[in-house]
Amino acid sequence: MTVFGTDLSEVADLAVSHAYLAGLPLVLGLLISLPLGWLALRRRWLYPPVIAGTGLLYTIPSLALFVLLPGIIGTQILDPVNVIVAMTLYTIALLTRTVADGLGSVPDPVRQAATAIGYGPVRRFFVVELPLAVPVISAGLRVAAVSNVSMVSVAALIGVSQLGMLFTDGFSRSAMGPILVGVIACVLLAILFDLLILLGTRVLTPWLRVVRA
Amino acid sequence: MIATIWAWLTDPANWSGAGSIPDQTLEHLRLSFIALVVAALIAIPIGLYVGHTGRGRVVLVNIVSAFRAIPSLGVLFIAALLLLPRLKGELAFELPSLIVLVLLGMPPILSGVYAGIQQVDPAARDAARGMGMTGQQRLWRVEVPCALPLIFSGLRSSMLQIIATATIAAVVGLGGLGRFLIDGQANRKYDEMAGGAILVAVLALLVDLVFAALQRFAVSPGLAPAARR
Amino acid sequence: MNRRHSTVLGLALAGVLALSACGGGDPLDEEGGEEATGGGGGEEALVIGSANFPENVLLAEIYAAALGDAGVPVETNLNIGNREAYMLGLEDGSIDLIPEYTGNLTLYLNEAAEETESEAVYAELQESLPDNLTVLDMAEAEDKDSVVVTRETADELGLVAIGDLAPHAPNLVLGGPSEWRDRYTGVPGLKEVYGLEFSSFRPLDAGSTLTVEALLNGQIDAANIFTTDPAIAQNDFVVLEDPEALFAAQNVVPLISTEKVTPQIEEVLNNVSANLTTENLTDMMVQVQDTDPAEVAREFVDAL
Repeated sequence: MTVFGTDLSEVADLAVSHAYLAGLPLVLGLLISLPLGWLALRRRWLYPPVIAGTGLLYTIPSLALFVLLPGIIGTQILDPVNVIVAMTLYTIALLTRTVADGLGSVPDPVRQAATAIGYGPVRRFFVVELPLAVPVISAGLRVAAVSNVSMVSVAALIGVSQLGMLFTDGFSRSAMGPILVGVIACVLLAILFDLLILLGTRVLTPWLRVVRA
Repeated sequence: MIATIWAWLTDPANWSGAGSIPDQTLEHLRLSFIALVVAALIAIPIGLYVGHTGRGRVVLVNIVSAFRAIPSLGVLFIAALLLLPRLKGELAFELPSLIVLVLLGMPPILSGVYAGIQQVDPAARDAARGMGMTGQQRLWRVEVPCALPLIFSGLRSSMLQIIATATIAAVVGLGGLGRFLIDGQANRKYDEMAGGAILVAVLALLVDLVFAALQRFAVSPGLAPAARR
Repeated sequence: MNRRHSTVLGLALAGVLALSACGGGDPLDEEGGEEATGGGGGEEALVIGSANFPENVLLAEIYAAALGDAGVPVETNLNIGNREAYMLGLEDGSIDLIPEYTGNLTLYLNEAAEETESEAVYAELQESLPDNLTVLDMAEAEDKDSVVVTRETADELGLVAIGDLAPHAPNLVLGGPSEWRDRYTGVPGLKEVYGLEFSSFRPLDAGSTLTVEALLNGQIDAANIFTTDPAIAQNDFVVLEDPEALFAAQNVVPLISTEKVTPQIEEVLNNVSANLTTENLTDMMVQVQDTDPAEVAREFVDAL
């Protein structure tokens, strides 16, 4: 099937790579931000440098990071790994602060109660603090997800195949169709990511539902 | 590798004449500031209105995240295809990039202004009402000054994103530091590409420092700890 | 209830963390690698790349359709970038096959290349190729770089050949792809061969869309546009003659990794080349303006 002169099965292929290039960094970024954010919170003196350092990452233009990474990490020039690494860095830049703030938002009495019933620091982190920080972290994750989806499309300029290819292809042929299809597909993908995160948050925070109901 | 990048950055030939580093830096700043001003002119009034009245809150939140989802490169090409044949002169080339940068710059300002006004201590608001201030007076004398730290952080993150993204203007033939990235890549000049990337990051940092200084100057000292958070 | 959920979350997260810790950086590399080349069935697919302009995309789609019909497993990675970018991809194995042009490819491989006539260029190309790369038969179809101006400019300044620009160049702006800035068949060659020193060079990327608009709009006065570009006829642009043959013959030719060549692939691609003419290529370029290149390619291959 074709829409605006664009083959939809091709769009579906591109959307799958796009989801992978934007989604995997989201998971990796979250996994790295959790300890970083925790560290920034626990060791107070680390907070300013960690937050400033990760914030700095965000000032590097995505295009620059995409083209420079092969030289830094020794990957192939067309390797999607370049995009994955770059997007992971951006995710960390966005999430570290959120994780620190989210963990910091856990009320002290709750933490003390957990300690009082005999939880060690590790158990307390996974069983009490992290779950309570989920709403804040998920808000940050939603921003990261949406901006990742948009940013990955820039990788079309370095020849990594994803929905952004529809932009470069359409523009070089002066054809509006593929560009429109690409933009719509990107927005839909962002919405899908957003819904998935919302759903995950709901599952992980049953107590919020109880209160609301 | 670092040595060649340094050599490129410090080569006097790259510091004078057309297309030189100062040239492209100024062009980058010019595009970025125009975009920031336009974005602020649109976003600040909307944010103030929604924050002050509480009307259209849901719409605003959704618009902000929808705007974030729009891929800049796609919008840039759509705008270029639509405007290039219809406009004359340099504007035909600059407008598409400016549109993209304005769209990109608005969400952080919108959410900063809105959140800033929203988070004003209700007690302060009530006190102002109790003193007999009108809605306008409350907004300008109490809510806006109290919201300044968040308004500034909105402006700052908007500026950072605009400066970083202004590099893609080079894709549609404009100047700015993005030229070094695009031309460097096209000609396999790694030093030029890396140098350009560093320049963009440094520029973003310097501009952010200037904004931080402005913020310190503009925000009431009573709110300073909140501003630093 | 709440506690159980939280415990499950905690365990799950701990598990994921542990897994990622064990794996180190490796899983990232492997998964990325699979994405680049895999996707198809068990047999390793031939990855066809293309440069970032419509004609090259079309040619890559033609190769893909013809090879696919013959039962060769293929994948495409189109719109990669310019020669400077995709040649790296060809070297490091990101792609295996790409439509090329004899003249510019020869010059890329051998800066001292001097032949300009089709057969001679092809012979010189064969000599310049490293062992790991092979070109198959070239097509009659040719698509050259050219310097074009608007009809108005040509009439006003009395331009017929590129050299006629010499006295006017200091007041004119040249536009073209970024790589023209440093490439010999670009700004440096125009200066050396024709003595052209333009007031400035404006880099314009992403196909000819920008270049054409900039020329019509007056941002640039002379432009590099491919000779098969339909925009030349549609806007009545004048292609300036190249008597010194700065732009050598540019026949379309498949460039492929030597280790990927099979008799079957060779036969299919040679058959494509035998049927590809400048005329039908230019026709297809007009169609590509409002049709998916894959469809235009399909039609061409079906008619073979």
